[in-house]
Amino acid sequence: MNIATQSIDGGFPEPVFNAQAVFRAIMDAMARPGTVQDLPQFARPPAPLSATAAAVALSLCDNDTPVWLDPPLQAEVSVKAWLGFHTGAPMANTPADAHFALIANPKEMAALDGFAQGTQEYPDRSTTLILLVDDLASGSSLLLEGPGIEKTSMIAPPGMPRHFVEQWKQNNQRFPRGVDIILAAPGSLACLPRTTRIKTMEA
Amino acid sequence: MTDIATYNFAYLDEQTKRMIRRAILKGIAIPGYQVPFASREMPMPYGWGTGGVQVTASIIGPDDVLKVIDQGADDTTNAVSIRAFFKKVARVEVTTETAKATIIQTRHRIPEHPLNAGQVLVFQVPIPEPLRFLEPRETETRKMHALEEYGLMHVKLYEDIAKHGRIATTYAYPVKVEGRYVMDPSPTPKFDNPKMHRSPALQLFGAGREKRIYAVPPFTDVVSLDFEDHPFEVQAFDQPCALCGAENVYLDEVILDDRGGHMFVCSDTDHCEKRRADSTSPSWGGRAEGAGGGIGQSSLSTPTPALRADPPHKGEGKEAK
Repeated sequence: MNIATQSIDGGFPEPVFNAQAVFRAIMDAMARPGTVQDLPQFARPPAPLSATAAAVALSLCDNDTPVWLDPPLQAEVSVKAWLGFHTGAPMANTPADAHFALIANPKEMAALDGFAQGTQEYPDRSTTLILLVDDLASGSSLLLEGPGIEKTSMIAPPGMPRHFVEQWKQNNQRFPRGVDIILAAPGSLACLPRTTRIKTMEA
Repeated sequence: MTDIATYNFAYLDEQTKRMIRRAILKGIAIPGYQVPFASREMPMPYGWGTGGVQVTASIIGPDDVLKVIDQGADDTTNAVSIRAFFKKVARVEVTTETAKATIIQTRHRIPEHPLNAGQVLVFQVPIPEPLRFLEPRETETRKMHALEEYGLMHVKLYEDIAKHGRIATTYAYPVKVEGRYVMDPSPTPKFDNPKMHRSPALQLFGAGREKRIYAVPPFTDVVSLDFEDHPFEVQAFDQPCALCGAENVYLDEVILDDRGGHMFVCSDTDHCEKRRADSTSPSWGGRAEGAGGGIGQSSLSTPTPALRADPPHKGEGKEAK
């Protein structure tokens, strides 16, 4: 299949209602960090972009939001063409320019503080990271607390960035500045807003 | 859909919804921070809830059940017209029952019936900036939020005490969210402030004219500002609701005639109707807000209007001692 056809296929079959369903899943996940929201497969993007991450991008990104792709996604012309056709989002040159960042290989990703953090006056001008993960249960457990969580909640995404717990602690300390994370797994997603604290578990 | 000339689902175009959705997510991630957004013209005037309507339009889906209240009432102009608006443009199911709704758009009240997880409360906000009447310049208030400099707000509350002997602010009472941002809870009576604290429901705030969206996620600390020697207190009412007998609920004064007749009734019409319809329900007897003690009245009679012997407004919004 040539790139032109590939980039046109695979968008939302019902753009209005699919975008709403995906947004509600993200909103609920962001409001209740650590809860896993199920998501039917709406989008069919070219690999290595996953269906969930693509659905998030389609429902939130447009020509107002520069998107940054990590090297594995950057290397795929078809991914850029697909996102370009369906969202119209410009590509960000550096992580610090991005409103959204799609990261196919979180293990090797750049440091969290390299992305836009917002300013003290406008903390909303920060990057939202969309991390592609294999699932939300097979990695090392993260015990979460903070707004949106009644007591604690638990999530265990595999293949997280290096020194993630330490990096996230620094992200917490930058509050109200900082990045927010959407974890996109096949068929489900979860969120880590900047207010969520990871409790270090005693062995 | 066969009709050609129709609005997009929920009135707003998709790009506007995406923009508002992004603002909502940032608002949830930074509780109490006012996210600027490109508010649109809506088919209703500013002050009629254009901010709340835009937030509701951006989150609502075909499966949602919508309730709209105006000062607690489901049957007043603002509530009726916004409900009709969404019935028309989104074809969603509407309800007046708090427990059945998935989205509740409200103008200045939080329902008496406890909200549960999964419900979204959308507030219509006229002036989102709690510091605006103390400092008119946006550049300055923004800096004050950035530096967490809220001394001015405490001075304002202190001046209340100096003038009136108590904090005289009774609505739009400032709160601190998750120990960081001072937020205007919209002009809800301060009676409702404690309901915001660690509520299981998601609370979203939309200010259309002022172009701001903010949010309080579920289970988030919302603390009303006060002083150690003048702690925050909610209004208490001398008498129960004249229609359903509920105590510890927020009451509205209803004028009955031009000879001073008046009575106090529940501001939350759904709560009041429910209680009157089912006098055997466990909620009979003022269980709202965990308050105990029913009234010893087993059958309902037409309330006798009390002739006003005392100066107007005594009993209304009275401070608890």
